[in-house]
Amino acid sequence: MIAASRAVQRPAHARLLHVDAYGRIAHAQRCELPRFVHADDVIVANDAATLPASLQALHLASNSVMELRLAGRDSLRDGATFQAVLFGAGDHRTRTEDRPLPSPVRVNDRLLIGSVQAVITAVLDHPRFVRVRFDADRASLWRMLARHGRPIQYAHVPEPLALWDVWTPIAATPVAYEAPSAAFALSWSMLAALRARGAGFVTVTHAAGISSTGDSVLDERLPFDEPYCIPAGTVTAIENARRAGKRVIAVGTTVVRALEAATQGDCCLTAGNGIASGRIGAGTNLRSVDAILSGTHEVGTSHYELLRAFVDDDVLRNLTRELDAHDYLTHEFGDSVLLELDSARQSRRLVRSTRALRSEFARAARKASAETGSVCG
Amino acid sequence: MPQTQQPDALQGLRIAITGGTAGLGLALVRELHARGAEVAFVARTAGRVDATSAELRGAMGIVGDIASKHDIHKIALQILGTLGGLDVLINNASALGATPLRPLADTECEDFELVLATNVLGPFRLTKAVVGALAASARDGRGAVVLNISSDAAVNAYPQWGGYGASKAALAHLTRIWDAELAHEGVRFLALDPGDMDTSMHALAAPDADPSELKRPADAAREVIAAVLDLLPQRELTGVSVRRAS
Repeated sequence: MIAASRAVQRPAHARLLHVDAYGRIAHAQRCELPRFVHADDVIVANDAATLPASLQALHLASNSVMELRLAGRDSLRDGATFQAVLFGAGDHRTRTEDRPLPSPVRVNDRLLIGSVQAVITAVLDHPRFVRVRFDADRASLWRMLARHGRPIQYAHVPEPLALWDVWTPIAATPVAYEAPSAAFALSWSMLAALRARGAGFVTVTHAAGISSTGDSVLDERLPFDEPYCIPAGTVTAIENARRAGKRVIAVGTTVVRALEAATQGDCCLTAGNGIASGRIGAGTNLRSVDAILSGTHEVGTSHYELLRAFVDDDVLRNLTRELDAHDYLTHEFGDSVLLELDSARQSRRLVRSTRALRSEFARAARKASAETGSVCG
Repeated sequence: MPQTQQPDALQGLRIAITGGTAGLGLALVRELHARGAEVAFVARTAGRVDATSAELRGAMGIVGDIASKHDIHKIALQILGTLGGLDVLINNASALGATPLRPLADTECEDFELVLATNVLGPFRLTKAVVGALAASARDGRGAVVLNISSDAAVNAYPQWGGYGASKAALAHLTRIWDAELAHEGVRFLALDPGDMDTSMHALAAPDADPSELKRPADAAREVIAAVLDLLPQRELTGVSVRRAS
C-alpha cells in the first residue's frame, strides 16, 4: 500500500474494497458505498471533532521547548486535566519514532503555552507520558487551544494539517485527539443516498486517541482508555435494526470500540457515557456490529488487530494482498475497506445471543413466578 | 413577593451569535443570557468581547473575524468546546462596506469583496464548520436552527445599498437552499429581516434618520428569539418552576 500524502478527505477517485461474509472480495469506487448497504441497515459513525492536540510548550524548569501532545481525558467534557505525551525537539517532518525524549520533567513542573500555564500532576509509567492540569477556566482553555494548538501532524503528509483538514463532515463536539478518519468517506450527499435506500444513520461520540506515541513500549498500550457517549436515539436505531434482522455497520474502529464497551452480556446496548478500555482483537466475540467501514491498515497496527475480530487471518491476508496489488492508498486520507463479519462468527453470535435471551426470559419468568407466589402467599 | 414562573424555553439551549458586542447582536446576547440560554458570542475586538463577558457572567466571549477564512475553525472549536455542542447559530455579524454608502459604479471591488466575505462567505463557512454539531443536536431531539440576519435591502433595489443589498440577497437565497437540503436532517434555516434599528451601523448607513423612529435592538432581539423558538421542537423542561423576585 502507498501512504496517502495529501490531506484530501474525499478525493474523486477514492476506492472501496468490499469483503463479504464469505470472504469474497470486490473492488469499487468509494462513492458507490450506498449500493453495499441494505434497507433498514443502520450506519453508526463517530461524530467527534478533532482537537488541535499538539501544543508547543515552554518547560519553565529547564527553559526548553517541548511538544505537549494531548492524548486523553477522563471524561468527554469536563475538566482541564489531560494525559499527554511529551516530545523533544523536531516537528512532524521527523517520524514520531525518531523524535528525541524531552528534557526530564517532574511532578509540579510548570509548562507555559501562550499565556496559559499547565502543571504536571503525575509522571506516568514512562518519561514521555504525563498527566497535566491547565490553570485556566473553560473559556481560557478553549481560547488557548484555538490560538496555540495544531492538529497532530503526520510525517507522511508534508503539508501542515489545519483544523479543517481533520474535521470530518459530521464533526460535532471536539473531543478526539486524532481524527476518526473513517468518517472522511462520508458526505452529506452520501448520507442522503443512504437514507434514500432506507438505511438509518446515527452517531456515537468517542474521544479517538492518538495513533502513535513514538515509543514502542507505550505504543503497545494503544489504544489508551477512551471516553464515549452513546445517544439514546442511537441505541433505539440499533435495536430496531437488530429486531428487523438487519446489520449494524460501524464507520471506523472507534465506533466498534464504543459499541462493544457499551454492550452488556451478549445482547444489551446501554445509552450514555462510558469509558472504552478493552482491546479488540482476534479473540474478541463481537456482539454489537456486523460490518465495519474502515481505512486500509498495515499489519501490526492496533487498527489491523481490531479487524481480526471480524474475519480469520487468511481473509485479512487476502485483503492485504489485494490492497497491495491494486495500489490502494493507506493512512488517514487513504482508501476504504468495507469488511463484513464472517458467516461463521455470525452463526456463533446468533447461538450466543439466543442462549442469552433464553436465560434472560427464564430469569424473568422465575422472578414473575416468585412475585406471584409472594402475593398469593 | 416572589413570583413563580414557568421555566423559559431558552433554558439550557446552546446558542452562538456572531457580531455579539454591538447593536442587535449585543441585545440578543443580553436577552438570551438573561433567559437562561448557554451563549457563546463572537466579535473582532478583544476589548469589547472582554467587556461583554464581564457584563454577562457565563456568556462565552470569542475573539475572531468571521470574514477571515483562517479564523472560522478556531471560532467553531471554541463555540463547540465551551458549549459542548450547538443548537442554534445566529449569523448576525455584518459589514456595510465603505461609508457613506455609494452607487455601485463608485464602489471599489475590494470593498465589495469584504462585504461578501463578511455577509455571505463568513456565514457559509461557519455554518459548514458547525453543521455536524447542529445535525447531532437534531438527531438528539433538541432541534437545530440557523438564523441568518437579513435586511429589506435584500429584496428592494435601494440606490447606494448595492453591495450590502446584493450580499444580503445572496445570504437569504443561501438560507433557503440550506433549508431545502438539510430540513430532512432536522436542521432548519431561516433568514429574518429585523427592521430598521437604532444601531451605530444604521447611523453609519443613514446618518439623517431620526433614532426615535427606529426599532430598539432589544425589541428586535425578542422577535428574533421568538422566530428561533418557533422552529425548535417543544422541549421538556426540568419541571421545576423558576422563581424570580418581582
